[in-house]
Amino acid sequence: MRKITWSIVAVVVALFISAGLAQASTKDEVQKRGYLQCGVSTGLPGFSNPDEKGTWTGLDVDVCKAIAAATLGDATKIKYVPLNAKERFTALQSGEIDALVRGTTWTLTRDSSLGLNFTGVNYYDGQGFLVSKKLGVKSALELDGAAVCIQGGTTTELNLADYFKEKKMEYKPVVFDTHDATAKAFDNGRCDVLTSDQSQLYGLRTHLSKPADAIVLPEVISKEPLGPVVRQGDDAWFNIVKWALNAMIEAEEMGVTQANVDEMKKSKNPGVRRLLGVDGIGGKGLGLNDDWAYQIIKQVGNYGEIFERNVGKGSPLQIERGLNALWSKGGIMYAPPLR
Amino acid sequence: MAVYITTPSPALPPPSNSVGVLGWMRKNLFSSPANSIFTLIGLYILFRTIPPTIDWALFQADWVGTSRDACSGEGACWVFVTVRFQQFMFGFYPPSEYWRVVVAFSLVGALVAWLLIERTPKKGLVGIFTIFCYPVIAYFLFYGGAFGLPVVETYKWGGLMLTLILATIGMFCALPIGIILALGRRSSMPIAKSLSVVFIEFWRGVPLITVLFMSSVMLPIFMPENLQIDKLLRALIGIIFFQSAYMAEVVRGGLQAIPKGQYEAAEALGLSYWKSMFFIILPQALKLVIPGIVNTFIALFKDTTLVLIIGLFDLLAVVQSAFADAKWIGYSVEGYVFVAAIYWVSCFSMSRYSQYLERKLHTGHA
Repeated sequence: MRKITWSIVAVVVALFISAGLAQASTKDEVQKRGYLQCGVSTGLPGFSNPDEKGTWTGLDVDVCKAIAAATLGDATKIKYVPLNAKERFTALQSGEIDALVRGTTWTLTRDSSLGLNFTGVNYYDGQGFLVSKKLGVKSALELDGAAVCIQGGTTTELNLADYFKEKKMEYKPVVFDTHDATAKAFDNGRCDVLTSDQSQLYGLRTHLSKPADAIVLPEVISKEPLGPVVRQGDDAWFNIVKWALNAMIEAEEMGVTQANVDEMKKSKNPGVRRLLGVDGIGGKGLGLNDDWAYQIIKQVGNYGEIFERNVGKGSPLQIERGLNALWSKGGIMYAPPLR
Repeated sequence: MAVYITTPSPALPPPSNSVGVLGWMRKNLFSSPANSIFTLIGLYILFRTIPPTIDWALFQADWVGTSRDACSGEGACWVFVTVRFQQFMFGFYPPSEYWRVVVAFSLVGALVAWLLIERTPKKGLVGIFTIFCYPVIAYFLFYGGAFGLPVVETYKWGGLMLTLILATIGMFCALPIGIILALGRRSSMPIAKSLSVVFIEFWRGVPLITVLFMSSVMLPIFMPENLQIDKLLRALIGIIFFQSAYMAEVVRGGLQAIPKGQYEAAEALGLSYWKSMFFIILPQALKLVIPGIVNTFIALFKDTTLVLIIGLFDLLAVVQSAFADAKWIGYSVEGYVFVAAIYWVSCFSMSRYSQYLERKLHTGHA
């Protein structure tokens, strides 16, 4: 009986969602409306958070800006809709937002059963370990018998159990409710190791009384590819969001930056000329102006720039590029060719 | 024959150890060995907690600066609060339009003060203006869109301003709806009665957090896509319904406490139902339940923080989002203390006002 009720609910929801899909394309709607509605987090250090003046900044926010720059030619025409983890998908399904860029992990379930599509990955995250330097540990494999601080009720806890079981090691869990409490406990020496998503670990490290005394171990024990999400069934819009990110990655690879983009327009390099819409297909396939990628780079920057500015060297988080470096530099950031 | 004049000798002063500070301490703090021990333990705990707290919050604290470099780390760093003070007050409201919020709140403050302070003239006129004209003025001030004021959409509203808007609108709408529902529940008309009972029991039976979730997550799915009801409005309607159900039960408690003779006397005078309610029953009933009403108001004021789970930036949410600023990670204690202070001052003043009101309306009989 319960199953039947649930399937009825699922069918009703699916009907409503599909009814919504029958309407005009998201791109036309955004252009008519004059601004992009972008779903972000209610505060995730380095990814999306309002600064002192109330301006949204972060890696995810810059992806929103790139989409706006490509579609509207103006990266400032955005309405940011702060969403928590639970309401983020409904907000997208119901049309309250046009794109969701909110540190959302790309998984099979989400991609296949929510009526949504992931357009790519703007940050490869994964669960890691923060240890005190005086422990003298260089790898997570030396952590046998350690006391580990974790936030309870998260997948982090399960990943940790899996990892230690697989490596046949023992550990003593020290569980807390919030990030803050976890970090304070680690700072006070209640545990040897702190585990969380790597992007969070760097933030937590700046939190410590002596940040330099702690290091993040190289091991990553889970895969958390975070990327922008759009509604399923609007392929033209899906393409725009996908290629807005790709253009930023491609720009970094070609050495086109916010500062030199005007100069690069005169470049002889055919790849650069295609990227900036001087030659080649330009914006025809996407239904945008030919200079859509130029606008992204001019107004937002290339992927390397937004990374360093928000979470890397130019930010207090000081996250290494790691997996997020270009494929040609030891990472796995790879954009299909723009041609 | 000798005459004895028996004037009593003057009374001696009480023993010196039973008056003054010493006497008070003896009576209240050291009346028995057990009490003395508890007093000493209490004093020790106060001694260990109060001075370090004051030291942290005031003497060692950092007050001026523009970045976290100004924080010495020895005490509280209120710079975190001062650099974002405007954001905590107004959310993402455009700074050039702050005056509109200030004007709207000052106006309502002045109007309410006019109504509350005794011996101000023309209370009736001011009351009607507050109830019927002020909401329109406030709407155009906050939202704009007329008289040359640019529109400020509700997603930009936040901070203390949003908390106050949610709380005041919630209070002023919940009270009349609650009174109607309470009267409906005690009515002898079957339809009015059952509708009120169903409404009250339904809204009282679900947690506020569920109501908010329903309004923000489920409602949009069931509505046609071209019909977008503002998220703030959805939350506000949820809060009003929820609070009016509680208010109805508080008011019903007052109605039940009025002796039957009052109803009968009103009827005997030939007053209609509404007249007897408004002139005889309700004034007595509402006076009785002032503590209950204020209690509901205080609960509502604090409950508004729940809107943070649906991504509305009320005071608490906007402070929490500031914790996520990578430049300011680690100053959550200061933020929470600041929020707690604002809530405490507001709730405490409401409670004091209700006590004043009770004393003023105390007529010596029930």
